[in-house]
Amino acid sequence: MSAMLELEKVTKRFGGLVAVNAVDLRFEKGSISSVIGPNGAGKTTIFNIITGIYRPDEGNVRFEGRSIVGKRPDQITELGLCRTFQNIRLFNNMTVLENILVGAHTRTPSTAWGAVLRTRHFKEAEEAARQEALQLLRFVGLPRGLGDQLARNLPYGQQRRVEIARALASKPRLLLLDEPTAGMNPQETESAMRLFRRLRDELGITVVLIEHDMKVVMGISERVSVIDYGQKIAEGTPEEVRKDQRVIEAYLGRSAMVETAAVERSRP
Amino acid sequence: MSTQIAPTHRFRQLFRGPLGVLLTLAYIGAITALLILEPRSLLWRLLLFTALALIYFIPQRPAVKVILSVLLLAIVVPTVGLRNPFLLEIGFQVAVFATLALGLNVVVGFAGLLDLGYIAFFAVGAYLWAFFGSQQLWHLNDPPGTFSIYPTFPLAAWWFWIFIPLAILAATATGILLGFPVLRLRGDYLAIVTLGFGEVIRVLANNLDKPINLTNGPQGITPIQRPPLPPFLTSPEVLATLSGWAGRPIGLNDVYGFFFYFMGLIVLIVTIIIARRLEHSKLGRSWTAIREDDVAAVAMGVPLRRTKLTAFAIGAAFSGAMGVLYASNRTFVSPETFSLTASISILVMVILGGLGSIPGVVLGAAVVTLLNIDILQTLSLLLSSLRQGNEVIPLLGVPWKNLPTQLDPARYQRFVFGLLLIFMMIFRPEGMVPAERARLELHESEEEFSPEVKLEGDAMPEEQPVD
Ligand SMILES: Nc1ncnc2c1ncn2[C@@H]1O[C@H](COP(=O)(O)OP(=O)(O)OP(=O)(O)O)[C@@H](O)[C@H]1O
Ligand SMILES: [Mg+2]
Repeated sequence: MSAMLELEKVTKRFGGLVAVNAVDLRFEKGSISSVIGPNGAGKTTIFNIITGIYRPDEGNVRFEGRSIVGKRPDQITELGLCRTFQNIRLFNNMTVLENILVGAHTRTPSTAWGAVLRTRHFKEAEEAARQEALQLLRFVGLPRGLGDQLARNLPYGQQRRVEIARALASKPRLLLLDEPTAGMNPQETESAMRLFRRLRDELGITVVLIEHDMKVVMGISERVSVIDYGQKIAEGTPEEVRKDQRVIEAYLGRSAMVETAAVERSRP
Repeated sequence: MSTQIAPTHRFRQLFRGPLGVLLTLAYIGAITALLILEPRSLLWRLLLFTALALIYFIPQRPAVKVILSVLLLAIVVPTVGLRNPFLLEIGFQVAVFATLALGLNVVVGFAGLLDLGYIAFFAVGAYLWAFFGSQQLWHLNDPPGTFSIYPTFPLAAWWFWIFIPLAILAATATGILLGFPVLRLRGDYLAIVTLGFGEVIRVLANNLDKPINLTNGPQGITPIQRPPLPPFLTSPEVLATLSGWAGRPIGLNDVYGFFFYFMGLIVLIVTIIIARRLEHSKLGRSWTAIREDDVAAVAMGVPLRRTKLTAFAIGAAFSGAMGVLYASNRTFVSPETFSLTASISILVMVILGGLGSIPGVVLGAAVVTLLNIDILQTLSLLLSSLRQGNEVIPLLGVPWKNLPTQLDPARYQRFVFGLLLIFMMIFRPEGMVPAERARLELHESEEEFSPEVKLEGDAMPEEQPVD
């Protein structure tokens, strides 16, 4: 297998804080991987660097062999790399369908002139995009009728699914999911895990998750990378990582509250 | 929610089916009759305006609504306008400001970029034709404020038609020019820079009378040419016939009144169509997306710079075209028209009507313009005529004569707008015709989604893949 995404010695500083410190990561094509670590470890920052929202201070990010450092986020999305957000960032006052259509931006060939003149090309492109959006809605397990609802009126769990559908609309080959099961009950989490597997098995998308829920991490990821204080402290299969002394220390070394939370989360 | 809209809903049901069309026609007919009998009545004028709003709200097919609107705008208004040309003037001004408001709505309503200098693009269009369509080219070395009339113009009047597209290009270019430096700015900072930009354009217009007299300074440019009318419209026979119908002499200026009314209407309709089509396109969705959450938008592949620039450019294009029309209609432009107050009053139209809502913005523009040039002025006239007489104010017992002139309604324009805005923000912050409601109305006919549909954790359908 070849590396879909590679980070080399990536560093990001915010003032005096080194949020990400010389991190090397490698995600294989067609794999499902997890990035874990305590709160504030730098996981989301890594996603922001990969997707071009932050520029790394040092290091390189390669997507399918090509460096993407310095590219704009929209260019990176166009290359086939998309994401969801830890705190759901849907377009609240747009309908669910419109949300997904925005995700399809880079894959919809219609132009502004076409829209003004209502050309056949425009109508066909819009209709195709609509059909695909509806299919995506079904793929993530939401009823068609939801398409005309404003995104903000949806319950939390459904919003998470819409966010995944929106990202899928950009036809990514690599999908980054930032804590996609946060706030879900065990049942919802179970079904979300099935969705993540289908992303890979049916759509062939390489999936990287940031997860706190150890059941999800251990259940579906083939490889796990552990980040602590901006540094990668362990890497391997879920089994290897679970036994790793530094990982145990990283999690136990936190305050009692965080520790309990982590233990509780890891319980099925 | 359902209890709230029930009364209006029942009212709308009244206008269902063929009976509804008849009812609307009867309403229009009655107002037309009243206006022909009493052409100067403010009340009938306002009722005529409500007829248009009525056509918009009734539950009829779009084709029916279009026919009714054409009847009203292309037949009733000009017919009544024969007797009272002021009606056409109001129509033209409403069209001008509605177009401007629609342009600003693209920037502020769709894309969420607060622009306080929007009037500048209108100024670019207006001054472009003012400069080339007047004799200003020959005044370049004259001191500011000269009004000598040369026998000929550098460009023939028909160039007006060429300058409409030219003004669109010039305004678009100016929009992009403004767009570039403000791309990184948001919210308050953006508002302040655009405000400054608007002022720069006005100050330029004020001061570019030296060293070369380009704008004639605060005195403004005049006369500006009006486009040539087709000869058959201005032939003595036609004018005589029209005078017969109108019951008053109809001259060239009246014909121009009709011309500008229809031109304004055409530009407005084209603007509405373009704005609507863009709203429901990929570009329109991108605008809304960056308004809602620009980080999420850019992460979904929406190019921020280009999307913002097109918003500025397209918004500017609309007002550029109207600028040429306006300059030609007035035959005069001066920097005063393009003040910060003008920018703000267009913003008021947009907010009052409903940010992001095309029908709302048009309604907002109509209401503000009517208040500005008709209602408040008419009330002032009424008051001053009362002041002439000896009547006493009911309840107060004070003679009208003693009423201080400071209470003249026309002086309270901005005060009235301020009050209106405050009340709107308290009771209906989403505007008169909110964007979202319009959207929900679109889906009214489609099957209703029941919010009870909840997904069980296990209810994930295993569907075929989407690639
Ligand atoms: N834009 C920013 N400016 C300044 N500091 C930042 C910024 N973004 C992140 N940080 C800091 O960088 C560190 C890492 O944050 P990050 O969001 O990546 O953590 P995380 O691993 O995703 O944590 P969590 O599990 O809570 O989501 C934190 O200390 C955070 O406060
Ligand atoms: Mg995070």
